[in-house]
Amino acid sequence: MASPLEQFEIKPIVPIEIGGLDMSFTNSALWMTIAVVVITAFLVGGVSRRAVVPGRWQSAAEMSYEFIAGMIRDNVGPEGRQYFPFVFSLFMFILLGNLLGLIPYSFTFTSHIIVTFALALIVFVLVTAVGLIRHGMHFFTYFVPSGVPGWMAPIIAPIEVISYLSRLISLPVRLFANMMAGHTMLKVFAGFTVALGVLGGWAPLLINVALTGFEVLVAVLQAYAFTILTCLYLHDAIHLH
Amino acid sequence: MDVEAARMIGAGIAVLALWGVGIGIGNIFSNLITSIARNPAARDQVFGIGILGFALTEAIALFALLIAFLILFT
Repeated sequence: MASPLEQFEIKPIVPIEIGGLDMSFTNSALWMTIAVVVITAFLVGGVSRRAVVPGRWQSAAEMSYEFIAGMIRDNVGPEGRQYFPFVFSLFMFILLGNLLGLIPYSFTFTSHIIVTFALALIVFVLVTAVGLIRHGMHFFTYFVPSGVPGWMAPIIAPIEVISYLSRLISLPVRLFANMMAGHTMLKVFAGFTVALGVLGGWAPLLINVALTGFEVLVAVLQAYAFTILTCLYLHDAIHLH
Repeated sequence: MDVEAARMIGAGIAVLALWGVGIGIGNIFSNLITSIARNPAARDQVFGIGILGFALTEAIALFALLIAFLILFT
């Protein structure tokens, strides 16, 4: 019986080596490619008919656009429009990454800390750069919120800086831990189903069905949480409070 | 004490953090239900923030689980 953690192994599909570095096309890369292809097909195919009264597919594509556009409008404000392509791509990538992992025999690429950390690093660098470019040195007043008495500032500022830097940990770990824990639980109960056989196997099987439904909810929720936190951090960087 | 035994005890203590998380998630949804009961028209606005709060609190639970796994397996 294999370990429930074996599903997270990265296996090369097309071994490629460039200058001593392993740049193989792995199962993780394959599912990332599939996610991007599915998103592109969904959006391009959805609006190809360009009907004034949209059919189902066009409606779904437009709804996904409006969902993120509304999120940016509400949480970042009108200056957030330029970040729409980034936030939309981020949301759809994470959403499809989480959801595609629920297909049997697939691979959840968001269940690896390095992938989620890379995404969080991009968000962190973007938000800090936006803040610095927009406000220059004035950006650092973000770490001393207004209304703090002068003597408290040397205590509050390091705490604020640490909590700002901790975004680089909380954002990826939230997504990675949710995905890894969920899929490990599914594998563990599947193992019970096989071990208990025909007589007792229906109980863990029912639990697995319920867990899979829950995992679909978690997949969407975690993508939403990552994206809305990105929007809130952008709001902080643009408006400095 | 055996390292393996200490690992097991450490992992067990690490998941005590879920006590606080349970209270937190209960708080969020109890307030969500109360606010919808007081003002049913606000449902759409409050629901989104409630679900966001749930996701963020759940993250703390997973931090605790992560520490438990780190203690058990490394």
